[in-house]
Amino acid sequence: MSTRCPGRPVRRLAAATAGVLLVTAPWLIDDYTLTLISRALAVGLLAVSVAVPTGWAGLASPGQVAPYAVGAYTAANLARAGVDVGLTQLAAAGLAGAAFAALTGLVLVRARDVTFLLVSLLVGVLTATAASNWAALTGGTNGLAGIPPVRPVWGTPLLGSDRAVYGYVLLLTAVLVAATMGVLRSPAGLLLIGCRDNETRMRADGHPVNRYLYTAIVGAGAVAGAAGALSITATGYISPADVGFDVAVLVLLAVAIGGATSLAGALTGAGLIVGTQNWLAGPWQGHAPLLLGLLFIAAFYARTVAPALHRVRLPRREAP
Amino acid sequence: MTALLTITDLTHTYGELTALDGINLQVPEGGRHAIVGANGAGKTTLLGLVAGTIRPPTAGRIELDGHDITQLDPARRARRGIGRTFQTPQLLDTATAVDNLVLAGWRHTGRRAEWAPARYRRLAARARPLLADLGLTGCADRLAGALAHGQRRLLELGVALASRPRLLLLDEPAAGLTPDAPKHLLAALRCLPTDVAVLLVEHHLSVIAALDAAVTVLADGRVVMSGPAEQVLADPAFRTAYLHTATVVT
Repeated sequence: MSTRCPGRPVRRLAAATAGVLLVTAPWLIDDYTLTLISRALAVGLLAVSVAVPTGWAGLASPGQVAPYAVGAYTAANLARAGVDVGLTQLAAAGLAGAAFAALTGLVLVRARDVTFLLVSLLVGVLTATAASNWAALTGGTNGLAGIPPVRPVWGTPLLGSDRAVYGYVLLLTAVLVAATMGVLRSPAGLLLIGCRDNETRMRADGHPVNRYLYTAIVGAGAVAGAAGALSITATGYISPADVGFDVAVLVLLAVAIGGATSLAGALTGAGLIVGTQNWLAGPWQGHAPLLLGLLFIAAFYARTVAPALHRVRLPRREAP
Repeated sequence: MTALLTITDLTHTYGELTALDGINLQVPEGGRHAIVGANGAGKTTLLGLVAGTIRPPTAGRIELDGHDITQLDPARRARRGIGRTFQTPQLLDTATAVDNLVLAGWRHTGRRAEWAPARYRRLAARARPLLADLGLTGCADRLAGALAHGQRRLLELGVALASRPRLLLLDEPAAGLTPDAPKHLLAALRCLPTDVAVLLVEHHLSVIAALDAAVTVLADGRVVMSGPAEQVLADPAFRTAYLHTATVVT
């Protein structure tokens, strides 16, 4: 589409560098850090599912954490039931996330702006509450621990090491992000941008706006569900605290930091948040929220204030 | 000529205020019809009721080509062949002019099974000559939000035409333009396809005259006069009732 931003050399170089670092990470860093990055990738995919409705359709969606939870618990219960094929778990989690989004989307698609944000957040919080109370399926507040490892596809060995899990999570995250990017760069992305920019014009042109938005919500739900499955693979653990209000807000923050209309930005934002929580806040216990706030301000400054300052033309002083 | 748009006993109230009171109107296929009247006469309400942005009416019936569209939403009416412009241009500001036209034509191509990227390319190729006809060749790849007001007016007209309407609703297309700009608009309006019926609300009488439109004069939600433009515009009663509020563009 002609609305697509042309790729800038710096961005491409940064993306290529990040790609090389992610691929070579198993040979460069320790297993603990590798597990953290695996988790960050799953959270990053969740952030991508938030960025789609937020950036392209103009619907800020912190409640994407709900289909993420549904996907995670689906994958966890499948694994505990003996279904150890990763792709099966992923597909089931994606379908469960999409089905959940299809259900809640019936209500969500009628809301806009702040109302949408609040209803979306409410869906997320209610889902976390349900997860706390439905102990038979979710393990209650204790969550589900010791979830067995997966094998990528039928006939392959179980992913027994952190490196193998990392490679699996990295590959599937890359595939899902690429697929999402492909859809958004197609005319489907342009239709969503149209809904975001001017619903009145879209309706006057004959577009069924709510149907488009509903499709986006369901698609984003599928991605969130798949992210939940990858989170289970990466950590082998899930509890209501992993899908609660804090996570919903942090992921929305990740999208805000990375830029709502950039999937790479959403991934980067998620990486920065996981990194800040686990590394930077380590030596400075209890100050993670402060650091995240500073990170948000820095990102906001870099994206809005600094470019505006560059555009300011100071009047020339008259020669005396 | 058969009537494309038929409005029968159309009434609309906002609380205790009666905006339209028993309007009857017919626009034939390919016809040009202008609605004039002082501010608050009910012109924009009438256009909104026809387009479906205001619905349902308090009473009355709206038919397009013999089909009752009174209860349909704007998108369905658009798919049945109603295109429109607004008092304030409604465009997709972060999309280019070409993309605006592509999206306008998206639901009207008649090939719904077509592969989306191929459809995009076909519509984009069709958009450029339309932009050239409107004098917007240089704006094709610029974002709509970066265009000047007059260019946005013309682009919105292009957007409405890109949906291949059978009935085109124009809500004050010359409003807010600089004194020279309506001349470009007039040129574009004169070149409108002859098979497209136009229902126009406009204060600029030169626009109405240029279209050689039939004129209906509204006052306080009622039709007070109707007939050919030269007859109505020359009528002393029309001048008494309306002209003091109109802006004449020569």
